[in-house]
Amino acid sequence: MAARERPLSPHLQVYRFAYTMALSILHRATGIALSVGMLLLAWWLVAAAGSEAGYAQMVACLGSLPGKVVLFGFSFAFFYHLCAGLRHLAWDLGHGFEKATARRSGAAVVVVSLVLTAALWALLLRGVA
Amino acid sequence: MSLQSPLGRVLGKGSAKSGFHHWWVERVSGAALVPLGLWFAFAVAALPNYDQETVRQFIGDPCHAVLLVLLAVAASYHSRMGLQVVVEDYVHGKGAKLVVTLLLNFIHAVLGVAMVLAVVRLSLGGAA
Repeated sequence: MAARERPLSPHLQVYRFAYTMALSILHRATGIALSVGMLLLAWWLVAAAGSEAGYAQMVACLGSLPGKVVLFGFSFAFFYHLCAGLRHLAWDLGHGFEKATARRSGAAVVVVSLVLTAALWALLLRGVA
Repeated sequence: MSLQSPLGRVLGKGSAKSGFHHWWVERVSGAALVPLGLWFAFAVAALPNYDQETVRQFIGDPCHAVLLVLLAVAASYHSRMGLQVVVEDYVHGKGAKLVVTLLLNFIHAVLGVAMVLAVVRLSLGGAA
């Protein structure tokens, strides 16, 4: 028999879709987004320590409408990854593997991360409205 | 700390390399980022304005500077660990994997050092 390619994880095609799979993919996607977004954090810190012109450039960029949309997405990615990360830590400790529990904790992660995102932007935009 | 099964221990089997360490520090840095990240997000959102002077004072505050350095170190470390797993899953071929991993290490080192130095500059009053 000819040598076959061994299967490599992750498999996406062989399972019936369940929404917890989407949550799992979203955890990885938000993780990658946060890694890219860390560039913004670095830019913010370095610009604050740097020249006035450089700082003004950063504020103009992040304060523009597209900038705000990116920051909003970044904040949701952060809260989602944080909540889903806590769910992962619970699994690592051996809790919450039952199907019903996993579905409920998944829904809780989505709700809590949306609430935290809304709370953050309410705080940020206080006084604007 | 060992995750080997008793049988595995008797047979001398288990992680041959540093796989468990990677798994462990990814979780430790992640757990550290929960309070650090929440503090950072809400503390920055609560600032009265984002003038350079206000932001400098916020970053340079002795307490904030400690937390920010911890945040910068934990975040760049956690990001590097996470992206390495992504690379291991999707980048096949020994050469490509090695090059991308080294590149990730390099970028994260630069980012981490840049963030820490910016905070240190502001907290020690070295900024112009």
